[in-house]
Amino acid sequence: MPVEFDSIREEHAAVRSAAGIFDVSHMGEIEVTGPDGTALMQQLTSNDVERLDPGEAQYSTITNEDGVILDDTVVYRVPSDLPEGTPGAGADYLFIPNAGHDAEMHERWTAHRESAGLDADVENRTEDYGIVAVQGPEAVDLVADAAGEAVRDITRFTAEPATIEDTPCWVARTGYTGEDGYEILFPVEGAEAVWGAFDCQPCGLGARDTLRLEMGYLLSGQDFNSEENPRTPFEAGVDFVVALDTEFVGRDALAAQHEAGPEQLFVGFVLEERGVPRHGYDITDGDGETIGEVTSGTMSPSMGDPIGLGYVDAAHADDGETVHVTIRDEPKQATITAPPFLEGYQ
Amino acid sequence: MSFEIPADLYYTESHEWVDPETGRVGITDFAQDELGDIVFVELPSVGDEIEQGDDFGVVESIKAVSDVYTPVSGEVTDTNDGLEADPELVNEDPYGDGWLMALDLADEGELDDLLTPEEYDSTL
Repeated sequence: MPVEFDSIREEHAAVRSAAGIFDVSHMGEIEVTGPDGTALMQQLTSNDVERLDPGEAQYSTITNEDGVILDDTVVYRVPSDLPEGTPGAGADYLFIPNAGHDAEMHERWTAHRESAGLDADVENRTEDYGIVAVQGPEAVDLVADAAGEAVRDITRFTAEPATIEDTPCWVARTGYTGEDGYEILFPVEGAEAVWGAFDCQPCGLGARDTLRLEMGYLLSGQDFNSEENPRTPFEAGVDFVVALDTEFVGRDALAAQHEAGPEQLFVGFVLEERGVPRHGYDITDGDGETIGEVTSGTMSPSMGDPIGLGYVDAAHADDGETVHVTIRDEPKQATITAPPFLEGYQ
Repeated sequence: MSFEIPADLYYTESHEWVDPETGRVGITDFAQDELGDIVFVELPSVGDEIEQGDDFGVVESIKAVSDVYTPVSGEVTDTNDGLEADPELVNEDPYGDGWLMALDLADEGELDDLLTPEEYDSTL
């Protein structure tokens, strides 16, 4: 996937106003199958997989013993009657690690299976499957044209099998842009046919980043990074993925942090002066004391304003709080603003 | 892909241009294309004295932050204030409305250190 096909600004605008297609085949796919599949998923992800019915998807995190996020993911509980060849067919669970994390997660799952004595198969299918995301207000019509009218009835965070250009696909009503749309998994042999089935703006990593930034969505490796910037789900503001009433790796550390309250919190901010916030810039208070760090930032293509995400001390994390972002040694005023930054989005 | 390289300008290996007639300095068509959508430009103050090769400002696109280096020494006589509101002018017209600053050249001899259009073209 290139950074841009045409221009980040044009691709971004197409997704907000019409539709765009992203090749996100760099994301991983791991399938888990067997009598202890549910136990294995439950013990390695922070959310409660037992809440999932077949066909449902769940956002979750994978944490270590300290409660630090190793990666975030979407977990699908796969129905038993998927047509042969459909991604996930024959498995009980399919989850999507971020790019470059699939081998690490496969290793983690198999190692835990062994140490916990669980009976489950774990298969890394990253090389076998591709994914495209079709996103934007026109995405539903486009996908209905390509995959059949039934996809209109797929509800948010659920998925159904469908056929696109003779390719058996797993069509999920999910995305990373804030717009309505789908993420479509398919066997890699069908990649060209599926990509070619959609007549809309091809989009690259640049627009993917600006779109998710306007929504305040986390980017693995950048907004949390187990080595360079270790963060827990509570610090990262995704409390809803932590099911403390389940037993998972990191649960006890997270319960303790939940009790004490995190020292820093993930926030959004709008820069009130000229400039562009970038990953790694310091955030300071009115006295010039460092109170946090920018993890992502851009000039919002939709708003025309500089926006950013980062962590600040909990005392400075309230909406409306004034902070400063240090850009090339100059403190620039910013206002803490809970994302999404765009009006009319949730 | 071919890029516009006007015949009457001098160029740097770091993709800036200077017009010896007007003293205007900017970035090349190739540079703006590499950077992509430009969203912010930081320029020096009028009256600043800058030396050949110094960084005199910053051009930021959505995807990258790039320092810009002056092709020649001189005193800054003007800056392109229009870029504050419309930084995309650098994309749209890098040799025209997207100029960055104007200099009173300290030493025209420094132009000999720069690349001719043909030489610059051969670096791309």
